Amino acid sequence: MSTRLARDGRFLNKSKAIKFTFNGKQLRGFEGDTLASALLANGQTLVGRSFKYHRPRGVVASGAEEPNALVNLGAEGRFEPNARATTTEVFEGLKAASQNHWPSLDFDVGAINARLARFLPAGFYYKMFIHPRPFWKYIYEPFIRQSAGLGKAPKARDADTYDHFYAHVDILIIGGGVAGLAAALTAGKSGARVLVIEQTAHWGGRAPVDGGTIDGLDPDEWVKKTLQALEKMKNIILGARMMGTGIYDHGYVLGYERLTDHTPDQDGPRHRLWRIRAKQIVTATGAIERPLSFAGNDVPGVMLASAIRDYVVNYAVSPGDRTVIVTNNDDAYRTALALKDAGLEVPAVVDARPEGGGALMQQVKDRGVRVLTGKGIAGVSGGKQVQGVKICAQAGEGAVLEEIPCDAVAMSGGWSPVVHLWSHCGGKLLWDQEKAHFHPDIGRAPTGADGEPFVIPAGAANGSMSLANVLAGGVAAGQMAVERAGLKPKRIATPEGDSVTEAPMQPVWMMPQGAGVKLRNKMWLDYQNDVKVSDVQLAAQEGFESVEHTKRYTTLGMATDQGKLSNINGLAVLSNALNADIPQVGTTTFRPPYTPISMGAIAGEARAELFQPIRKTPIHEWHDDNGAYWEPVGHWRRPYCYPRDGESHADAVNREVTNTRENLGLLDASTLGKIVVKGPDAGEFLDMLYTNMISTLKPGRCRYGLMCSENGFLIDDGVVARIDDDTFLCHTTTGGADRIHAHMEEWLQTEWWDWKVWTVNLTEQYAQIAVVGPNARKVLEKLGGMDVSKDTLPFMAWADGQIGGIDVRVYRISFSGELSYEIAVRAGQGRALWDALVEAGQEFGVMPYGTEALHVMRAEKGFIMIGDETDGTVIPQDLGLHWAISKKKDDYLGKRAHERSHMVDPDRWQLVGLETIDGSVIPDGAYAVAGGTNENGQRNVQGRVTSTYYSPTLKRGIAMGLVHNGPDRMGERLEFPKIDGTSVFAKIVDPVFYDKEGAKQDV
Amino acid sequence: MSDILVKIHRAAPYGMITLRGDLSSTALQKAATDAAGVAFPETGMCVFEGKSGLSWMSPDELLVLMPHDQIQSTLAQIEKALNSTHFLAADVSDARAMFTITGPHWRDVLAKLTPADVHPDSFQQGHFRRTRLAQVPVAFWQSSADTVTLICFRSVADYVEGLLVNAGRAKSNADYF
Repeated sequence: MSTRLARDGRFLNKSKAIKFTFNGKQLRGFEGDTLASALLANGQTLVGRSFKYHRPRGVVASGAEEPNALVNLGAEGRFEPNARATTTEVFEGLKAASQNHWPSLDFDVGAINARLARFLPAGFYYKMFIHPRPFWKYIYEPFIRQSAGLGKAPKARDADTYDHFYAHVDILIIGGGVAGLAAALTAGKSGARVLVIEQTAHWGGRAPVDGGTIDGLDPDEWVKKTLQALEKMKNIILGARMMGTGIYDHGYVLGYERLTDHTPDQDGPRHRLWRIRAKQIVTATGAIERPLSFAGNDVPGVMLASAIRDYVVNYAVSPGDRTVIVTNNDDAYRTALALKDAGLEVPAVVDARPEGGGALMQQVKDRGVRVLTGKGIAGVSGGKQVQGVKICAQAGEGAVLEEIPCDAVAMSGGWSPVVHLWSHCGGKLLWDQEKAHFHPDIGRAPTGADGEPFVIPAGAANGSMSLANVLAGGVAAGQMAVERAGLKPKRIATPEGDSVTEAPMQPVWMMPQGAGVKLRNKMWLDYQNDVKVSDVQLAAQEGFESVEHTKRYTTLGMATDQGKLSNINGLAVLSNALNADIPQVGTTTFRPPYTPISMGAIAGEARAELFQPIRKTPIHEWHDDNGAYWEPVGHWRRPYCYPRDGESHADAVNREVTNTRENLGLLDASTLGKIVVKGPDAGEFLDMLYTNMISTLKPGRCRYGLMCSENGFLIDDGVVARIDDDTFLCHTTTGGADRIHAHMEEWLQTEWWDWKVWTVNLTEQYAQIAVVGPNARKVLEKLGGMDVSKDTLPFMAWADGQIGGIDVRVYRISFSGELSYEIAVRAGQGRALWDALVEAGQEFGVMPYGTEALHVMRAEKGFIMIGDETDGTVIPQDLGLHWAISKKKDDYLGKRAHERSHMVDPDRWQLVGLETIDGSVIPDGAYAVAGGTNENGQRNVQGRVTSTYYSPTLKRGIAMGLVHNGPDRMGERLEFPKIDGTSVFAKIVDPVFYDKEGAKQDV
Repeated sequence: MSDILVKIHRAAPYGMITLRGDLSSTALQKAATDAAGVAFPETGMCVFEGKSGLSWMSPDELLVLMPHDQIQSTLAQIEKALNSTHFLAADVSDARAMFTITGPHWRDVLAKLTPADVHPDSFQQGHFRRTRLAQVPVAFWQSSADTVTLICFRSVADYVEGLLVNAGRAKSNADYF
């Protein structure tokens, strides 16, 4: 059983004890512990159950690569699933719970799956759940949903806050081990802006644990000295607890800083997402040790050799009294030495290499440890805890030579450089036959916009495995980064690394190499997704030759750890099964993030009231104070209606329509787009943009116009006012303001760059208020200031003047069919004018109306609405708007498209009005059915509803729709099936339901 | 220590005129410099003298700034000076909101929200940045040693104020600069 050692740990503050709970059990750790080290210190080797077979699982690693020790952390607003115990620092009151078991961690019913393993091979889901088809929806899917996923989903609102931060640097160094620090020192001396980030709370990486000397100093001492030097440099920023998450195009990097995960009571953001732009990036991301594939390599107590070393040295944790070490390289012997230094037993080192190792092996032998060369492990005894290992010949099939009782197994299958960040943006890899690992191919680095490389690997991440090479590589990377960033590198003395020379490792992809199927069934590759050697071999046998296919078929490397431990072992097994070389099989794609990051960090400040910008008109506050029910229109909020006490929204809309038709309505139309277009060629330009003729418009007059895309489809409409000979003001729809302005600029900048036209989007400069209804003129006359009579200001004219002492521009345009003035006023005066109109309008029955009343009134008049009658496939001709398409113009955007055969096809559905027979309202989007069925067995259709409302004016349901040959079929009855199975019938009528002559608006 | 890193102030209405035209023409340059009483700005820069100034917005657009009560006279002056040329001058004062952010940590606050580089090596007095603040377009310039002035569209002024107050929480200081 694992326990706490009496000695000190590098990271521990033993004077500060910390209480925390695991599955409700009160446990004790020290400041500096990770949750994993604290659990091990408390003898908790069993930390979770595996995903598929519910096998008991313990801590395997000591860092970001950990596949097993995932826990539910915290509660309520601070609940987080799948928290990695090895990267979670303990704090007072931490609450953790294990995952994926029922009813308890110790006794899990799901473990029955392990007995059924024979029936759950690779591709089981694909093979099993395809037949019979109906079973999927009702039986399989609910069952899989129930058992899928490790942790629980959080339910409460996140109690924490999150930040983003944009940093621009010359050089970003990812990784604060000795390579990264050497690079930082080099880059810093040159005066470059440097940011150095380290994912853990500690600088120096593995070197202080692995030993050797740097410039004659203990690595710990050198790290301390170097940090002091770096901290003095003003051009260097050091960021601990900050992971390099992903590298993207143009030197863009995401850094994930965990600010208060270890001190949750502290104020301030929990995580900060750094959005970094770097000219050059040094990836000094280290290497990850590989497990060995032997039967029972997932029993709790089997750990990576380096992790055991870390726990002993950094956290004063004993993995058990007796640890057997199994290795194919020299590095694992360091674990034997660390254990011996801590006074623990090492019953044997099992070295798969026939001739064993070099100097390190000798040191271990000198300490009296038994070394078995050319041997492997044939099996592990114990279920929830290692009890012993069975020794066999590595060259054989697994015949047991002897059994060695032990409490832990330290395994090492060699080291894989962490090439993830190098690869994210296209860096290529090379296979090193001797070290049996992929390392960055320096000649094929990720390149930036200039075609030049922008990522430089350093240290172990570059395949350097000796301290001397790691340090030299760090300095070289720092210098290269400075040069490539366009700065002058300053020479610094390369720190001298000295470590024991190691004998070559020997690749071991299966232990023993001739293992039969029984053993292969128990060799785990991917601990988190329960993928075994036998699964990958089966996939290869079934024809999954591509590594990407095998990955998806077996789920190898698809868990939250993204196969940090399993990838290389898995593809080595695959390449053996395919009888191909490893580089030929290749790796799966490395994608960001390096390890999962919080949703909160991604959202940053964008939550609650800052989730999205809300655009407010100058009159917004009045609407809010007067009970407006809001409708989002783009980022704007517009009043949908203003319900009064106890009134339903429908009743409010009906009241607003009726009052506007009978008395006086006010609409806040400030959101309408207002684009000024000026220049000697402005008229010609607008003739090209609109389908109708604009250049003939007289100053002082307005004209309704349509805009089409170059494919002929209707994209916007609105009223154009001619201000003077050179100047026009184009009104767009609310949603069209920015889009149409961009459309204008695009044509001016790319196609008609020599035309003399300038545009400015003045949408927000003006508030616009529609004063509508039979009493509209009366209220304006009462406020006074300008002549708004029919003679001076007729329909479709505009004039500048004053109303109630406020400077205004008044447009006589109407979207309701009533007498209507749209009054534009400086935004800063918008509220004042609105207030004046409300006050003066009292005697005329004034009421504000919202967007729904606006919609109903325009539908009663048969006016189209962009987005209702149009959907990107509709041309003006479909809507009976031939009158707005100029025949005189040589050209306009969309003209050529309008002449295409499909556009002039008489079978195109055409706009008509629809009047329900029973007076009810047709459901929105309903289809008119026709006889027979189509090739898919669906009923044929002959039209569809585009707008449908209850008209309080006509006291019946009215609609507009597009119908096959519609205008020629006046009076015909159409059937519109409803979702409740019944149908509503409607008569085809003229789309103008109200005041067809237009007499009311022209008074 | 106060809860807020910087002082955020929504400024009183300010005069702003958008001037579009050929920035290389001497007539336009003269009209602009006469109207604002300052030198013509280089690309990406602004020039201020008291409350009046010129800012480079794009290769064919300037922003002329002035006290609010001088909008009409300035506009008239520009219109008159450029009368025979092809240009567009428009009053955009009411389309904008203006904020000042004051305090030694203004760079730390801005860097949480804008992708523009606000490091002192890249952004100093005289620079004018058109960029975005979280999800909306803004422009800003350093108006004094410890103050940056920022303009945004009027409709999103509340959002921008919310962003700045949120980013200005003392406890969230990245203390990078």
